[in-house]
Amino acid sequence: MDGLKIGDTLLESRLLTGTGKFSSNQKMEAALKSCGTQVVTMALRRVDLEGREENILNYIPKECILLPNTSGARNAEEAIRIARLAKAMGCGNWVKIEVISDNKYLLPDNYETIKATEVLAKEGFVVLPYMSPDLMAAKRLVEAGAAAAMPLGAPIGTNRGIRTKELVQILIDEIQVPIIVDAGIGKPSEAAEAMEMGAAAVLVNTAIATAEDPIKMAEAFSLAVKAGRMAYVAKTGVERRLAAASSPLTGFLHEGDL
Amino acid sequence: MSFYQSIQRYQSFDYNDFFKGLTEDHITKILRKDRISEEDFLALLSPKATLHLEEMAQKANKLSLQHFGKAILLYTPMYLANYCVNRCLYCSFNTDTTIKRSKLTLEEIEREAQAITATGLRHILILTGESKGQTPVSYIVEAVKVLKKYFESITIEIYSLTEEEYREIIEVGVDGLTIYQEVYDEAIYDAVHLSGPKKDYKFRLDAPERACRAKIRSVNIGALLGLNDWHKEAFITGLHGNYLQNKYNDVEVSISLPRLRPHKGSLRDYPLVGDKDLVQILLALKIFLPYIGITISTREKASFRDHLIPLGITKMSAGVSTEVGGHSSSSKGDSQFEISDTRSVEEIKETLYARGYQPIFKNWMDIEKDIDR
Repeated sequence: MDGLKIGDTLLESRLLTGTGKFSSNQKMEAALKSCGTQVVTMALRRVDLEGREENILNYIPKECILLPNTSGARNAEEAIRIARLAKAMGCGNWVKIEVISDNKYLLPDNYETIKATEVLAKEGFVVLPYMSPDLMAAKRLVEAGAAAAMPLGAPIGTNRGIRTKELVQILIDEIQVPIIVDAGIGKPSEAAEAMEMGAAAVLVNTAIATAEDPIKMAEAFSLAVKAGRMAYVAKTGVERRLAAASSPLTGFLHEGDL
Repeated sequence: MSFYQSIQRYQSFDYNDFFKGLTEDHITKILRKDRISEEDFLALLSPKATLHLEEMAQKANKLSLQHFGKAILLYTPMYLANYCVNRCLYCSFNTDTTIKRSKLTLEEIEREAQAITATGLRHILILTGESKGQTPVSYIVEAVKVLKKYFESITIEIYSLTEEEYREIIEVGVDGLTIYQEVYDEAIYDAVHLSGPKKDYKFRLDAPERACRAKIRSVNIGALLGLNDWHKEAFITGLHGNYLQNKYNDVEVSISLPRLRPHKGSLRDYPLVGDKDLVQILLALKIFLPYIGITISTREKASFRDHLIPLGITKMSAGVSTEVGGHSSSSKGDSQFEISDTRSVEEIKETLYARGYQPIFKNWMDIEKDIDR
């Protein structure tokens, strides 16, 4: 199996998904099942264990690894608190660090993210930080103990595709932990593109949740991720501007007519 | 600098002249843009733009889905007291009116909290009139301590505080502030606020900013539509939201669109804001500030509220009473204004599901609380 190893866990699916923005928990559950995702992120701020209303956790397939995220955290300290709360609430020891102090573009704060990663990794969390694709920040995250790095393709929810392609490619080429493209992926073709680039996985939420048919869209993403990964493993041919005949100038070397 | 300086730029601006210069072509072009300017926003509030309401609605719907998804946060107001020293012409709490006055004791607040949590709600908005004698900050602080046991998020809608006072109540667990300027036009503001601390226009205007400096998490602003020409008020409200979001990046800014409702104050001759006008304001705001939340209260009729949902609403009140003690059916004091949507939380929940939206009951929590690790 061409598995993905995060921390000590070997995953079969390279599609991570989210739980926000769905029209109902039932639709969300069906979508998660239809794409066979194994890692599901949810904002801890939305998890209500004591509330009378529906508990989102009941709708996440039992076999999935929960990836609580620290949505709402404005700095490292708040992210750390939310992560600890998540653990205390029984959401496991994986955490997606989201430190956002910009409500307009929802861009992550790499500096605070690194600080939170360092503390939480030491406490034994499997830390997956959401980040702006910056090589030095990614290196520091790895040093701080991140189990993967999650650079954004475009701002959250924008469905604009991988606008940060050059920078994400550098992370894929240079960083030793898995690179998971998170945010911005709007279409299955873009998920495939990320996988062809060599991303270890992608995380998709808005594009599935806000689709007319989220269940079918989840499946489409699943297929695209598999196709993209397969293409990466098979090593795609080099792109050319013009059609190229095979060996027009040096063909004679192989024709035995010298 | 305060927002006061920013709005001075529009002090002598000729809105009508600007509107007259607009063509349909302008509006069409604006609707093709990804990001629109202040001027574009004003153009979308113009009479010309009413010819493009459907296109505006399509765009606002798309932006709202992208930013907030198919989810609506539910909350309810709890009136702690209705004592007030202000004389505001549009409000029943006006010190001149002869309504029944009261304030809840801490035990009564607890009973209200129990009644509200039984409906499933986890976000609460607490309100008082302005009376530092009857409901001083220390009273709010005690109330919040009680409410923290029941709610995940507490927003206050009370009189303007100083930055230090905001810090004090944030410290005990308040995470949101709702404060309406009521009317941004300074002359009208002065005319409708006869006396009382609220008469201080600038102190009111800068209140959201003081709360932002005190590190509040969310701020909800608005103009009481009907006190002035709504085009101007909606425009300045949008500018205020934009100003706050640009200056305080980490604060969740949202805007309410309260229309003047029947009340026991003395103001009677205000220009009406029609349903179509309200929709236009909502759409223009959403297109100008897509990342900003929009709240619609029970001042609006049930069916009208429901139609607004896909146009960009992110927060709705449910199971509302504007009477002091109204949730535990032991009403002690008269209401601030008449509500139009009397549906229970359960009914609102069913409506949202039927319309393909998910009611959200919890979107925050006390992250300061101690945990056993």
